[in-house]
Amino acid sequence: MLIKLTGGTVYDPASGVDGKQQDIYIQNGKIIDKPTGEFLVTKEYDLKGKVVMSGAIDMHTHIGGGKGNIARTLLPEDHRQDPVASNDVCRSGCGHAMPSTFVTGYRYAEMGYTAGFEPALLPINARQAHMEMGDIPILDKGGYVMLGSDDYLLRMLTAKKDQKAINDYVAWTMQSAKAIGVKVVNPGGINAFKFNQRKLDLDEQNSHYGVTPREILRVLATAVKEIGVSHPLHVHGCNLGVPGNMDTTLDTIQGIGGLPMHLTHIQFHSYGTEGDFKFSSGVAKIAEAINKNKNITIDVGQILFGQTVTASGDNMRQHANHKFASPNKWVTMDIECDAGCGVVPFKYKDKNFVNALQWAIGLETFLLVEDPWRIFLTTDHPNGAPFTSYPHLIRLLMDRTFRNDVLSTIHPEAQKMTTLASIEREYTLQEIAIMTRAGAAKLIGLQNRGGLSAGNWADITIYTDNVDRQKMFEKPDYVFKDGEVVVIDGKVVHTKWGTTHIVKPDYDKSIEKDLKAYFDKYLTMKVDNFRMSDDEFTEDGRGSLTVHDLKAVA
Amino acid sequence: MSEITEVPSPFCGIGTDDLTIQVDGLKISVVENGCAVNTPAFEQPIIDRKARINGKEVELNEAISHAASLLKNTNYPVIGGCATDVNGMRGLLALADRTGAVVDNMNFNNARKNLLALQDSGWMNTTLAEVKNRCDLLLIVGADLEGFAPRFFEKYLWNEAMFLENTSDRDIIYLGTKPSGNASTSPNGKTAHVFECENESLPEVVAVLRALVKGQPIHAENVAGISIADLTAIADKLKTAKYGVVTWAAGALNYSHAELTVQTICEMVKDVNQTTRCSGFPLGGKEGDQTANQVCGWTTGYAARVSFAKGYPEYDPFLFETNELLNNGEADALVWVNAFNVQANPPKTNVPTIVVARSGMTFEQEPDVFIPVGTPAIDHEGHAFRLDNVVAIRLKKLRDSGLPSTAEVLNAIEQVLREESIC
Repeated sequence: MLIKLTGGTVYDPASGVDGKQQDIYIQNGKIIDKPTGEFLVTKEYDLKGKVVMSGAIDMHTHIGGGKGNIARTLLPEDHRQDPVASNDVCRSGCGHAMPSTFVTGYRYAEMGYTAGFEPALLPINARQAHMEMGDIPILDKGGYVMLGSDDYLLRMLTAKKDQKAINDYVAWTMQSAKAIGVKVVNPGGINAFKFNQRKLDLDEQNSHYGVTPREILRVLATAVKEIGVSHPLHVHGCNLGVPGNMDTTLDTIQGIGGLPMHLTHIQFHSYGTEGDFKFSSGVAKIAEAINKNKNITIDVGQILFGQTVTASGDNMRQHANHKFASPNKWVTMDIECDAGCGVVPFKYKDKNFVNALQWAIGLETFLLVEDPWRIFLTTDHPNGAPFTSYPHLIRLLMDRTFRNDVLSTIHPEAQKMTTLASIEREYTLQEIAIMTRAGAAKLIGLQNRGGLSAGNWADITIYTDNVDRQKMFEKPDYVFKDGEVVVIDGKVVHTKWGTTHIVKPDYDKSIEKDLKAYFDKYLTMKVDNFRMSDDEFTEDGRGSLTVHDLKAVA
Repeated sequence: MSEITEVPSPFCGIGTDDLTIQVDGLKISVVENGCAVNTPAFEQPIIDRKARINGKEVELNEAISHAASLLKNTNYPVIGGCATDVNGMRGLLALADRTGAVVDNMNFNNARKNLLALQDSGWMNTTLAEVKNRCDLLLIVGADLEGFAPRFFEKYLWNEAMFLENTSDRDIIYLGTKPSGNASTSPNGKTAHVFECENESLPEVVAVLRALVKGQPIHAENVAGISIADLTAIADKLKTAKYGVVTWAAGALNYSHAELTVQTICEMVKDVNQTTRCSGFPLGGKEGDQTANQVCGWTTGYAARVSFAKGYPEYDPFLFETNELLNNGEADALVWVNAFNVQANPPKTNVPTIVVARSGMTFEQEPDVFIPVGTPAIDHEGHAFRLDNVVAIRLKKLRDSGLPSTAEVLNAIEQVLREESIC
């Protein structure tokens, strides 16, 4: 079977192709060079005038794991407003804020996405997260394992274990939980909340361990680098949502000392304390710091107006924010000397000063950070907004007139507190392709994904060019996953199962002795029962694991 | 004969995974760390090896085809029981989606008490390892904890802990039901405080306790036979503990609208958290209850009691109850799934009945189709969720019984129906 995509206008930043008419050949699920000599094309698609990109990759989206399922269980009234019926191809389910697993896969694919990465894989909850993602059709997936509030690591730091020991533990945890990256959430803060601390600044000590967030960030960022994981330490910083937290964020950037670091949903960490309401945008300074420090990457965590639900590992901050719950119900959990979670429904309102300014802060961030290879398009689904709002967000970025029209409708005091109206930048198609494809694949360390040159898997999205970018991006003409057509005219026509992307960093096996003793003494599971095995992914005949190379470590 | 160690159990809900089990052919013996719940559940012998149609032994394929034919033209089948592993639930939900069935977990009337409280106001809960290492005060409301999980105290309270110097000093308080044995007496002889009342009186007792936690004035001198002074002392302990844990078993709250008691407990825990730390810890989740709720939750958005009759999932915690639907004549077929417990029989009904259940289940009224399946954690690998909802345990395969898994059987029935709908 040889498929030819003929004459489309290709945006493939991974190969430096920016809007050039090119043919693409697909065989056995992969993109190949034009065959030499005589060859027979089995199926040809005439794509003249169409826009061709690789399948989009969401590098930070909460699509698997316990907190998401708590969010689902908490909100039957939200599901009732968006029931999804089954058809010949698709299973039934529900949509809106926290869609069911099957609907998650369909709706991502229908927007041209072919991969999504769960950023908060709790080691002890990794099985659930992978099983949920195992029920998400079409998409490839993967996860960043969460460390930093686990008692084992904090005990190591108190005991002054060396960096090598920490590297081994991080590598062991990544292998146990089948992860492709490492995340830290409110470093040490989730743990401190269990000791009744209600906030934890960058240099504030955990009352039991005496360890600070700054130390945790340093050892974890170092570990990730030294064991050769491509994806930099994925950081949800201290003081999420607190006015004035821009200083913490700036300090975090400086404090990491040039190590690779990804600051996630930075919108929630870019707040100042100026103005009548003591809440202001800190983006000018944050963007300046990001532009200057090439070791830093970010995703935005844009908020968009409407009902959603926030689901986070940061139970310290979620507990502090529970008074904003809308509807007024919320859950927090302390989890297994490992982590925690908090689920708080939110309704972001354009006529609310804080929400309106949050919206502007996110957009300022997109527009003031210069390098599209170091910024990523996210709403921190579902925390800032459900992922289904991406086409709207892309229009806001690509269309200044539309953006300013929306800006003119938000809370008037918020309009006065943002420079948004004066920012002329409009994202180009190539910049969108970088943020949502090539850049994301590079950041995560995915080989043979996110590009359209020969050797890549044929994850391809084809759009009809439209000045209304929302309409363009919400309804692709075709989506190919591993060379198979899965979407036509924005509707799923065929489903398949994606793979799970992981890395397998080596570790010194001798650490397992101490881990076994720790598990036996303090935890509630045997260490061998804790570790996930490969057959847990493959035994149902649907899943697979794709192991990516590590970086060579100097 | 072989011996397998560190065997996890899906039966007890607390995810015990330190069992040592001897396997001799098909015979299973728990030789270490067994208990009154796990040992008989593991040792239950295989009795039926063949499927039956109207009591007559048939090949598996025949039973699957007949089951599919019984479901083919139904308008409103009910899939009850729902006691199996994650893959079994996946197959069950696919079959329900295909047939427009109602999916109803057999213990949901108990779990509903928690779920209604959760869906109305939420909670602050914790998990077993936090209890084990942090809990300095355990308040047990209306439950016999050792009756629920015989090894709970031994494994999670009288242990070595990271954050308590001497776990024997933990405070244990019973409110309502008194304990059935001495497991709650600590190794150094410290006994639990027991404040007994009828469980039916817990709504008022718990309401007064919450009021005292909030500092509201109470004019009565006692409530349901418990003095206000005693309740005040409990409230003070909750507020001075570093990490109090309040536990309850929804199944033991046997009175109308017990969800309001659960809600009062959960809101009280939130109140305590204004100044110190405290967490709720609901007991439950045996034999696949939590597994059913989790898989149904991520597949449909709703944890349980879901109808696919309209083509999409709808949730109603009252209307979609198996017995109601059978008794009022709405349901026109019953699929009963229970891979764990041979005692958990299907309800009696006149509609066509397909039973996919653990080998050895006996029937007052032989079902139209009976397919004996293997038990997850014994006959095949799988996954089950523990009572605290966060931890999924990896179930091992202990023997080669040749019995199919729940997932294999339900997927095969669904496959037959799918092919017929395409033709």
